[in-house]
Amino acid sequence: MSSDELNGLYQQLILDHSKSPHGQVTLDNPTASSHQLNPTCGDEITLSIEVDSGTIAHVGWKGHGCTISQSSASLLSTLVEGREVDDTKLLLEEFREAMRSRGTIELDEERFEDAIALNGVSRYVARVKCAMLAWVALEHTLEGR
Amino acid sequence: MTTTPSTQAMLSPADVERIRGDFPILQTEVNGHPLAYLDSGATSQKPLAVLDAERDFYLRRNSAVHRGAHMLAAEATEEFENARATVAGFVGVTADEIVWTSGATEGLNLLAYALSNATFSPEHAALRLSPGDEIVVTEQEHHANLIPWQQLALRTGATLRFIPVDDDGVLRVDLIDEIITERARLVTFSHVSNVLGTINPVSEIIARARQVGAIVVLDACQSVPHLPVDLRALDVDFAVFSGHKMLGPTGVGVLYGRGPMLDALPPFLTGGSMITTVTMEGAEFLPAPQRFEAGTQRVSQAIALAAAARYLDAIGMDRIAAHGAHVGRRLLDGLDAIDGVRVIGTAGHQYDERVGLASIDVAGIHAHDLGQFLDDRGIAVRVGHHCTQPLHRRLGLTATTRASGSLYTTDDDIDRFLQGVSDARTYFGVTS
Repeated sequence: MSSDELNGLYQQLILDHSKSPHGQVTLDNPTASSHQLNPTCGDEITLSIEVDSGTIAHVGWKGHGCTISQSSASLLSTLVEGREVDDTKLLLEEFREAMRSRGTIELDEERFEDAIALNGVSRYVARVKCAMLAWVALEHTLEGR
Repeated sequence: MTTTPSTQAMLSPADVERIRGDFPILQTEVNGHPLAYLDSGATSQKPLAVLDAERDFYLRRNSAVHRGAHMLAAEATEEFENARATVAGFVGVTADEIVWTSGATEGLNLLAYALSNATFSPEHAALRLSPGDEIVVTEQEHHANLIPWQQLALRTGATLRFIPVDDDGVLRVDLIDEIITERARLVTFSHVSNVLGTINPVSEIIARARQVGAIVVLDACQSVPHLPVDLRALDVDFAVFSGHKMLGPTGVGVLYGRGPMLDALPPFLTGGSMITTVTMEGAEFLPAPQRFEAGTQRVSQAIALAAAARYLDAIGMDRIAAHGAHVGRRLLDGLDAIDGVRVIGTAGHQYDERVGLASIDVAGIHAHDLGQFLDDRGIAVRVGHHCTQPLHRRLGLTATTRASGSLYTTDDDIDRFLQGVSDARTYFGVTS
């Protein structure tokens, strides 16, 4: 009875990541941390990174929120761990562009791997901020904010 | 006073169908499904009578009020003031006790700022708040009935205290003697909680506030649209409500002030239309309510709000309240039968003391995901903290899903919501 659009938003991979998220660890020596709050729903995340020689060695986050925000944080940590900082910044911009595209730009599978499961989000304008929460936290850590 | 809804004749399904005919928006399709609008607590839909009243004003009589010598200005002024009398009568008070505001939030801020203006005015010394004075709110309050008082306390040095809630969100009325003391200058609380739907024990709180001589303020946003409310009989000093929650347009609301109290209050917004004599050095002000209505007024909105009050009156607030109690009961009974659902604020299921509203937490499903799932079926609900972060925090929650009905809510709307909540548990894999 649920629509294809809804099933596109809540793909099995999204539900799985939301239930058993990756990266929910506390880092010993974080280079930077960022706390982000979505005031309309109360979703929160604190995300930390450890940078070693221009590469993100570790990502750790704690938080609570909806399926989309939790799975996005989980997929993000899998995707950027071991990635160069400069490339991560590019990846972040690509992610933001796709999320804001109202369904017109899809995430590149070669770049985003499992995280392409978040493609359905961009059709739901009110949920884009859910998917972006962890990525905004990541952006702030990269900018040293 | 509020009557006991369950003893009144309620709306029949045929009545509700007739009423729905007055609300064209209810025929909208959402995601391929007929709209089930269960977000009336946030804003109600508007009947044609209200839309027509506003359009008719602009078509035939649009003009500035309280100025101008021409025919349209006279007609506009008369209709604007008639609207004030209609809305005043709807809540059992007189026209000169009604101040038009943009909504309840502005009404509460107007009151809070007028009170802090008393700090600078020798003739208003009796209303002055100082360190040692206390302002009492409750832990249930909407942010609109909390933050203006936090800010007033900051500006005046007064202390903000609150009546806490228990683990189920119910006001701890047993503590009011400790919390409302001789130091209390103002006590403010909501008539009906916008999250719990419970009707608060107004008379007990007011009796205590009267004992200590505190000003009593009532947030009537969620009661005036759903229950017969007589502000005079309730014996409050001030009350606020919003037009858009009671079938009226956005941009208009009411601050009620009991005659002598309103007259004693210094102005907040100043400018045109609220003065008698103006010199380069100073100004004298009109009596209430004009003293609080500076600048061009929301004329069409006030006229449309009066049309809303007449529409509600014609159906009968007793019957609307009985329908609300029925909606509330059907929601609670249905939600109780679904595993993993916690309805907030239902201790003892006091049906007669509720309106047609329920907020729920579903184990394992975030409110936004539930709201999204329901929207996919054309069911509109509110998700989030409903502007009550402290209450949600107290109940160990960050967000809930709220279904709130009105006089146009059908059993089918409720049943589709209940089925949706149940199916969402399967969809998100949380069935036990």
